Amino acid sequence: MGIDRRSFLKIAGLSAVLGIGGGSVTDLLVNKDVEASEAVCTENALHAKRWAMVVNVKKCSEHKDCKKCIEACDSWHNIPNFHNSKDEVKWIWKDDYEHTFPDQECEFMSEDIKKAPFILMCNHCDQPPCVRVCPTKATFKRPDGIVAMDFHRCIGCRFCMAACPYGSRSFNWRDPRPFIEKVNNNFPTRMRGVVEKCTFCVDRLADGLQPACVEACPYGCLVFGDLEDPESEVRKLLQENVTIRRKPELGTMPSIFYIV
Amino acid sequence: MYDSGKIIAGLVIFAGLFTVPFIMNRGTAAPPPKLKIVSKAKACVEDTHYMRTSHMKLLNEWRDDALRDGHRLYINNKGKKIHIGLQITCLKCHSDKADFCDKCHAYADVRPYCWDCHFSPEGRKKWASTEGHF
Repeated sequence: MGIDRRSFLKIAGLSAVLGIGGGSVTDLLVNKDVEASEAVCTENALHAKRWAMVVNVKKCSEHKDCKKCIEACDSWHNIPNFHNSKDEVKWIWKDDYEHTFPDQECEFMSEDIKKAPFILMCNHCDQPPCVRVCPTKATFKRPDGIVAMDFHRCIGCRFCMAACPYGSRSFNWRDPRPFIEKVNNNFPTRMRGVVEKCTFCVDRLADGLQPACVEACPYGCLVFGDLEDPESEVRKLLQENVTIRRKPELGTMPSIFYIV
Repeated sequence: MYDSGKIIAGLVIFAGLFTVPFIMNRGTAAPPPKLKIVSKAKACVEDTHYMRTSHMKLLNEWRDDALRDGHRLYINNKGKKIHIGLQITCLKCHSDKADFCDKCHAYADVRPYCWDCHFSPEGRKKWASTEGHF
């Protein structure tokens, strides 16, 4: 066999170019991606700089048995009902004054306030501690102030549940599917091992709809709007009424305000 | 050549052993699945070839567009506007996941975890306790 060093190097070099370079060159020439496509905001989407909600507890306490906001949320988001407080998954719920404002409890407070129903949900804090601790960025703050959840990324570590001072987050200890009472085909369920909470209905806002609870309240007790817009209804309510927020001393700056 | 008998015999045995699975399974290959589409739209989100090869890529992008960036409207290659959403868009035509998604995924032996949370109206019957109202 007669092959000298020079021709060996030539053949080796040529093979390397064809073998290693060849594939990437053809890949560059033939682009397999769809080129002219893009994703944009829906045309009728509602936009804000900082979404917020005002809960009118005065009005709400006139209808103590009403649970329309909770039912609307449960059925829209396929929230299960386990009939068991240990496994409970809740996005919006009711509690009394003492448990809503434990730091502002007063023994001589009027009975009306002590017994009034307080509608609770994620506070969509301006400084959300849950977002700071999430190791996978499954929960994150959107530019419009909503503390959103990407259930795809949640690994179920529950750091966010420990960080949230409001108990707004629930863990799926069990497969929620068989316990969903009214199923909405347009919204996914969750799976076992995932944390969930109120998302201010980001999917509905994109379709130009108000959050499900706001839409469902027949008495207008829940008002949703842009906190940064001085002309918005929430700002007007904040101007005209004395409002309180839950645990403001923690510096989380909640976006849910209560008229008491 | 030294020991040619042993070498050739060894090669024959090797070739025989190596091709046994191919010979044994000859003609038993599963036929490519025939998919059923309950079609409401005339065309899919992108062209058929792209959807067949890259729908998983598109769905990943859709997930991030919709959830992370809040961009829930997809403008396709032809300029058509499509609502982003597995359940609100894809499953409206591919409504029977067992007859569409699952057939190919089983054939290709892939197990996507989409269905841990997302569901088709058909697939829902397996676990839903009551009929939905939306």
